[in-house]
Amino acid sequence: MTSPSELPISGNSDVVLIRQQVRTVAVEVGLSLVDQTKIVTAASELARNALVYAGGGRVRIEIVHNNVRAGLRLTVSDDGPGIPDIDQALVDGWTTGNGLGLGLSGSRRLVDEFDLRSVPGEGTLITVTKWAR
Amino acid sequence: MTVPVDAGRRRIEELLEQHEGQVLRRWFEIAGAMSGGHVDRGGAAVPFGEIYQALRRSLGDSHDGSDLRGLLADLSRSRARQGFTPSETANVVFGLKEAVYEIAEADGSPEALRGFVWFSRIVDDHGLFTFETYAAARERIISDQAEQLLELSTPVVKLWEGIVAVPLIGTLDSARTQVVMEKLLQMLVETGSEHAVIDITGVPAVDTQVAQHLLKTVVAARLMGAECVISGIRPQIAHTIVTLGIEFGDIVTKASLADALAHALRQSGVEFVKGRGRRVTVRTEEN
Amino acid sequence: MDRVPVLKLGDLLIVSIQIDLQDQSVLALQEDLADKVVETGARGVIIDITAVEIVDSFIGRMLSTIASITRMLDAETIVVGMRPAVAITLVELGLSLGGVRTALNLEKGVALLNHLDGARAVTAR
Repeated sequence: MTSPSELPISGNSDVVLIRQQVRTVAVEVGLSLVDQTKIVTAASELARNALVYAGGGRVRIEIVHNNVRAGLRLTVSDDGPGIPDIDQALVDGWTTGNGLGLGLSGSRRLVDEFDLRSVPGEGTLITVTKWAR
Repeated sequence: MTVPVDAGRRRIEELLEQHEGQVLRRWFEIAGAMSGGHVDRGGAAVPFGEIYQALRRSLGDSHDGSDLRGLLADLSRSRARQGFTPSETANVVFGLKEAVYEIAEADGSPEALRGFVWFSRIVDDHGLFTFETYAAARERIISDQAEQLLELSTPVVKLWEGIVAVPLIGTLDSARTQVVMEKLLQMLVETGSEHAVIDITGVPAVDTQVAQHLLKTVVAARLMGAECVISGIRPQIAHTIVTLGIEFGDIVTKASLADALAHALRQSGVEFVKGRGRRVTVRTEEN
Repeated sequence: MDRVPVLKLGDLLIVSIQIDLQDQSVLALQEDLADKVVETGARGVIIDITAVEIVDSFIGRMLSTIASITRMLDAETIVVGMRPAVAITLVELGLSLGGVRTALNLEKGVALLNHLDGARAVTAR
């Protein structure tokens, strides 16, 4: 089993690298093809969010286990301006950037567990998990 | 020297009555030794006393063994659930023979020994009955699982060049719907079919999640460049969908699989021409 | 940055995406396509995403934008070959690719363009 890896998010090319790394680990965990695609897409959304709204950050990719199943967990963190109103940020179509406002709300629908912590002025920490079936 | 069967039978019944305490005690010991010393393992206590009484009643002239069978069936099922093997359970019953043999031998009379042979055969039957119960319980589990597997193996069938259908039968849960839908979308790619029919005639009910999955599949198929028709929606399901406020929007729904096929054929440019007589000819329009 | 090549075939432009798309590549493709449509007077654009393993909201939005731009330049864009897993994920993500026409594969994409062209000719008469 690969140990947890941490990748920087500092440019557009990093988003591609993160997608590839998440895909590799998702295959290792045994996610179905559709679930692989979902978690890779979520990783892409969250990494781009960190890039666009916080100027960069980092993502930790790890394999986790509960009693019965293995899963893939992504922890995306940044030291950006934070999210003042989390509930509003999770509404479809709400955006402060120039995107579609689907990054956060959409990512949440793509994963099994979604946890968002944010302190205005300090940064944002998002943890998502996808379990193998 | 012959001893009438009835005399032997009566003698055994008498012995069973007179030495009840002793037989029960020995039976408990023997059964314990036979099933590896854990007769009481995991709360699977054997109701020796109850079975003993029921057995004695079943030997009587009224000869109604149903309560004994009930007790033995319960015993077998509960021990099967707790992980005992069927032989362990049957051995508990067979242990009674040994206990009774000891008193028959002590008695020493030809009637008692002759009666024991008869008694032994009865106990054997009961022992085998626990075996059967065990097997029946296992069979039920296996058939349940086979049914679930069958449900999973819902086929995606080709109705026409460019038209595939998935006839859904049985209860749809969210997981199964997802599996079927992924398979359908995969089939669209593999067969290059631009039309798909999802037939839910055999589906008794849908919940919000299943309806949402159906909806998402239709939208996903559209993204891939194919159109889905949903057919065979029962009145109750239509009611559920509307009550739940699920927007089916511009998704085409048809009453029957036949209507859905006709729709898909029309969409793909196939024309039906009713010729002379009762023949129906089919002509495909070239694009 | 890798640039996605745009091929011309008759009055069609064909783009086959074979790389893991970077945001810049997508933006560059958008510009290249608009230029090429005007330059060649193409009547249709086919974007083949058979090899694309994921489409996130950024890429999805760009596909919509490309379709809108080329339509304004009188060329219909058809996205072909979307994988089932990608389609399911896009639906879950909440992206409908509004205004983008799709087809199962390149061949059906070309057939759809011809069909649309035919329809246009009929309406024009």
